[in-house]
Amino acid sequence: MSGQGRVDVEVESKRPDESSRGKAHANTCPGCGSHYRDEELAQTLRVCPQCAHHFPVTARDRVDQLVDPGSFVEEDSELRSADPLGFFDLRPYTERLAEAEVATGLGDAVVCGAAAIEDEGCRLAVMDFAFMGGSMGSVVGEKFARACESAAAAGVPLVSVAASGGARMQEGILALMQLPKTVCAIEELHESGSALLSVLTHPTTGGVLASYASLGDVVLAEPGALMSFAGPRVVAQTTREKLPDDFGLAESNYRFGHLDAIVPRGELRPTLARLLRLFGKA
Amino acid sequence: MASEAEMRLRERLSKLGGMKLLRGTKLSGELERLQDQLDRLRSEPTAEEIWRSVELARHQDRPYTLDYVERIFGEFFELHGDRGRADDPALVTGLGKLDDNTVVLVGHQKGRDLKERTKRNFGMAYPEGYRKAMRAMALADRHGFPLITMIDTPGAYPGVAAEQHGQGGAIARSQAAMARLSVPTIACVIGEGGSGGAVAVAVADRVLMQEHSIYSVISPEGCAAILWRDAAEARKAAAAFKPDAAHCLELGVIDAIVAEPEGGAHMDADAAAALLKQGILTALEELDGLAPAERRRQRRAKYRAMGVLASA
Repeated sequence: MSGQGRVDVEVESKRPDESSRGKAHANTCPGCGSHYRDEELAQTLRVCPQCAHHFPVTARDRVDQLVDPGSFVEEDSELRSADPLGFFDLRPYTERLAEAEVATGLGDAVVCGAAAIEDEGCRLAVMDFAFMGGSMGSVVGEKFARACESAAAAGVPLVSVAASGGARMQEGILALMQLPKTVCAIEELHESGSALLSVLTHPTTGGVLASYASLGDVVLAEPGALMSFAGPRVVAQTTREKLPDDFGLAESNYRFGHLDAIVPRGELRPTLARLLRLFGKA
Repeated sequence: MASEAEMRLRERLSKLGGMKLLRGTKLSGELERLQDQLDRLRSEPTAEEIWRSVELARHQDRPYTLDYVERIFGEFFELHGDRGRADDPALVTGLGKLDDNTVVLVGHQKGRDLKERTKRNFGMAYPEGYRKAMRAMALADRHGFPLITMIDTPGAYPGVAAEQHGQGGAIARSQAAMARLSVPTIACVIGEGGSGGAVAVAVADRVLMQEHSIYSVISPEGCAAILWRDAAEARKAAAAFKPDAAHCLELGVIDAIVAEPEGGAHMDADAAAALLKQGILTALEELDGLAPAERRRQRRAKYRAMGVLASA
């Protein structure tokens, strides 16, 4: 795959709306320039029919794409971020949170719940990049940990779909602590005998890649997804190295042995169902 | 007159009785810990004091891991290589004698002069470094040796090869390895505790921070560049995200602060090492007598409870 279809996302970029300002419309394909109406893209799971570029998917749409109709029961939707540091940069953190909630209709950057995929029971944890760049603060960490516990209690696998710029700076060191928190929760999940299936979507970077997203029993990624600890811009600035065209992309990660498979969006639901059956204890 | 920080802690203490706790938190333990923090806390650091810690944590004469190793351990044998690909000089591992007991050490190592700094990559490890650390952790577990880690890194190295060799996965697996250990584990932040590269080797039963070290999700310059659009606003960023030891203690992220000699650890490395050794010995004593399974359970429960939540 050429670098053409790639949308660079800096690892710390928490504001996709600002980084795309002045750029093409959200429904214009960065791969081939084709433009689509929302309904057209929805019919193809938001994959470009011309060049197979994978457009971003909201957490709600992702859940709908993956689960058996009517099977999803959301859990812990009442949790909201507090502002433990009283964080204020150019704007207060609380204001950014309120704005993100209005824009996405979500309480924070992850949606969790019980679901069935081709009749196989599981728990789901699906991130939404549109909520503050999918950044992980206390709520994302807590909801992921609870999803692990819920999966362990039910004796079913946890399916995680990541999309994140990394840890949420506005929660300072507590955001960093969500890395070990989610890692410890996965240890308990594994000890209970349940599996973690991890799907990486564009982009999965920083603290989420450096914690739960990398710890799946099976790790899958969508084509063209950026999955790097440090983003391409940070690497280029820090090292002055010339980056390979496929730097940090799923294809490169697959070649270097960090992924089990690259799965096009249309095959994700049947692929997860196959894996759920393989991990099933029937 | 009680400081603002003290008032906040008192408030937290009084609220704890009626508060909905995160699952996995033991109320009595939390109360005890807060009371303890309250007793030790003198006053909340100002923006100037936070910035002074940032400067001292990065001071060019600050003692590094190997400076403490030679002062704290009676004997030390360095272990090299990740047994797969390379030996990463930015992260040292080895066997040491702490008084009469053998321990395993894992620590970031910066360089003192330009040549050594380059060799040590300024304390920024590659995935190979974290794999070497995991090898040392497994060794510790196999032989029942306590694990001591020293954290002093601006962050894990952001380079092309580091990404190709799996930097994110290595950091995640190193944390998982620490969450699994049966032996007592002590992490000491002795300088810069920079983000994922730091927490990769800091998931421990007891986390200590030297008085003028910092522990943060991102560097002050990185945060300023993104949120203020200007790296020169690093001072403001540091004041906002509060990477100093007192705030980390207040937020329940670390377990204790280790004092430094007047003016900072670099003023008297011997005295700083003696204080750090005392901190490590005290922490090990606290962990003594716990069954390995219980120690591991408490370690995971501690991290499970980290974070602050609200409800809609």
